[in-house]
Amino acid sequence: MSGFGNAFSSSIGKKFIMGITGLFLILFLIVHCGINALIFISDGGLTFNIGAHFMATNWAIRAGEVVLFIGLLVHIFQALRLTLQNQKARPVKYAVNDGKANSKWYSRSMGLLGTLLLIFLVVHLKDFWVVSRFTGIPTVDANGHEDLYAVMKEKFQDPVRVVVYILAMFSLCYHLLHGFASAFQTLGWNHSKYNGIIKGAGVWYSIIISILFAAMPIAVYFGLIQ
Amino acid sequence: MSTGNMNLTLKVWRQKNNNAKGALVDYKLADISPDMSFLEMFDVLNEQLINKGEEPVVFDHDCREGICGMCSMFINGRPHGPKDLVTTCQLHMRSFKDGDTIVVEPWRAAAFPVVKDLTVDRSAFDRVIAAGGFISVNTGNAQDANNLPIPKMQADAAFEAAACIGCGACVATCKNASAMLFVSAKISQLALLPQGQPERYRRVQSMVAQMDAEGFGNCTNTGACEAECPKGISLENIARMNRDFASAKFISEETV
Repeated sequence: MSGFGNAFSSSIGKKFIMGITGLFLILFLIVHCGINALIFISDGGLTFNIGAHFMATNWAIRAGEVVLFIGLLVHIFQALRLTLQNQKARPVKYAVNDGKANSKWYSRSMGLLGTLLLIFLVVHLKDFWVVSRFTGIPTVDANGHEDLYAVMKEKFQDPVRVVVYILAMFSLCYHLLHGFASAFQTLGWNHSKYNGIIKGAGVWYSIIISILFAAMPIAVYFGLIQ
Repeated sequence: MSTGNMNLTLKVWRQKNNNAKGALVDYKLADISPDMSFLEMFDVLNEQLINKGEEPVVFDHDCREGICGMCSMFINGRPHGPKDLVTTCQLHMRSFKDGDTIVVEPWRAAAFPVVKDLTVDRSAFDRVIAAGGFISVNTGNAQDANNLPIPKMQADAAFEAAACIGCGACVATCKNASAMLFVSAKISQLALLPQGQPERYRRVQSMVAQMDAEGFGNCTNTGACEAECPKGISLENIARMNRDFASAKFISEETV
C-alpha cells in the first residue's frame, strides 16, 4: 500500500462511494423537487416553464447534468458490485432467518427498492428528459418558453402512468428513509449531539420529497392546479 | 414461557465435515426442564444420541457463563436465540413453550466454514486481530495507575467496545455476513485510549485489509448486528472505524 492505496477498493472505501454519491443524489432531488413544485403556483405553468427553461439552457446546469449522470451510474454500478460481493460472503443461506426481529425491512431491501427506482427512472427519463432535451417540446407558453408544463399535463392524463409514478415514490421514500442516515453513518459522521438531527432530518426529507413528487401527477390528473 | 417440563421438536443442522452436504434433522425431546440452559438441553439430546449409538451433535461451548464467546447457535432465525443481550449458553428453556419447534443452524458465512454440525471455524477473527488488534509496548514494570489521564467518557466508550467477546453473532445475523461490528469494536477499544494512538492509523488499515481478505461482506447499516450482539456493541464503533479509515487514507502522511 502506498499513497491512497486501496482507499476506494476496500470494503469501507466502496461504501464511501455509495454514501457520497447517495448524498449527491439527495441534494439533486431537492433541486428537482423544488423546481417541479413551481407547478403548484397554478399560473398555467408559466413560472415552472421559466425554471425548466433555465435548467435546460444554463451551461453550469448542463455541466452539472453530466456529473449527475456519472454520480447516478457510479451509485448503481457500485451497488451491483457490493451486492454481488455480499451474496458471495454467504453462499449457504439460512433455513430460518428472522430479519424483522433485528432490522427494518427497507434497510434490508435497498437493492430491490433501488432496482424499482431504476426501472421507474427509465420510464421517467423517456417521459420528460428525452422530450425536453432531444425530441423537442411541441408548444411554447405566453412567455415564449418551451411549454414543458403542457407536456406534463398531457402525460399525466394517463391513469396508469399516474399510478406507476405514485408507486415509484413509495420506493423512493423507503430507499431514502434508510439511505439518508445510512450515508452519514458510512462516512463516519456519527456524533451523539447530531445523530438525532440527522435521523430526524432524514425522515422528514424522505417523506416531504416523496409526497411532493407524488402530489404532482395526482394534482395534474385530477385538475387540482391550472 | 413454560413452568412445567416441556416436549420439544428440534431441527438441527447435521453436517459430517466441511465438504459434506448437510441437512436439518428432526429430534423429539421429552420432559425438558424450563430451568435448563439451551446448551444443557443439547447435552440431554447428545446423551440420548450416544445411548442410541448415534453421533452426538457437535457444538462450540466453553465457559457457559456468557463471557468466552464460544457458543454460536443460530436459533429460530436469530444468533443466540430470541433473547436480547445473551449468549446461547445464557439462554434458558423457559424462553420457549411446550410443543415448540426450534430450528438450530450454524453461523452462515463464507469466512466461517462449517467444521462439523453446529461448529464453525472462526479463526478469520483471529487473523484480523493478528493483523493489528494490539498495541506494541515494552515489557517491564507496570506503570502507575492513572499515569495517563483518560477522560471518563473516553474510558467508558473503550470499555464498552472491549466488551466484545468475538462470538461472531454480528457476522451471522448480517444479511451481508459483514464483520464490521466486530472489527470496529476491536479497533475502537484501542483507538479511544492513549496507548492505542501510535499505531492507530496503521492498525485500522491493516485490520480492514485483513477483514476484506477473509471474505466478509460489506456493511449496509441495517443495524442487525447491534440488535443481536450479546454484548450490546454499538454501531458508533463502525462510524469511528470508517472515520479513522478515511483519516488514514486521506489525511495521514504515513503509508502502510
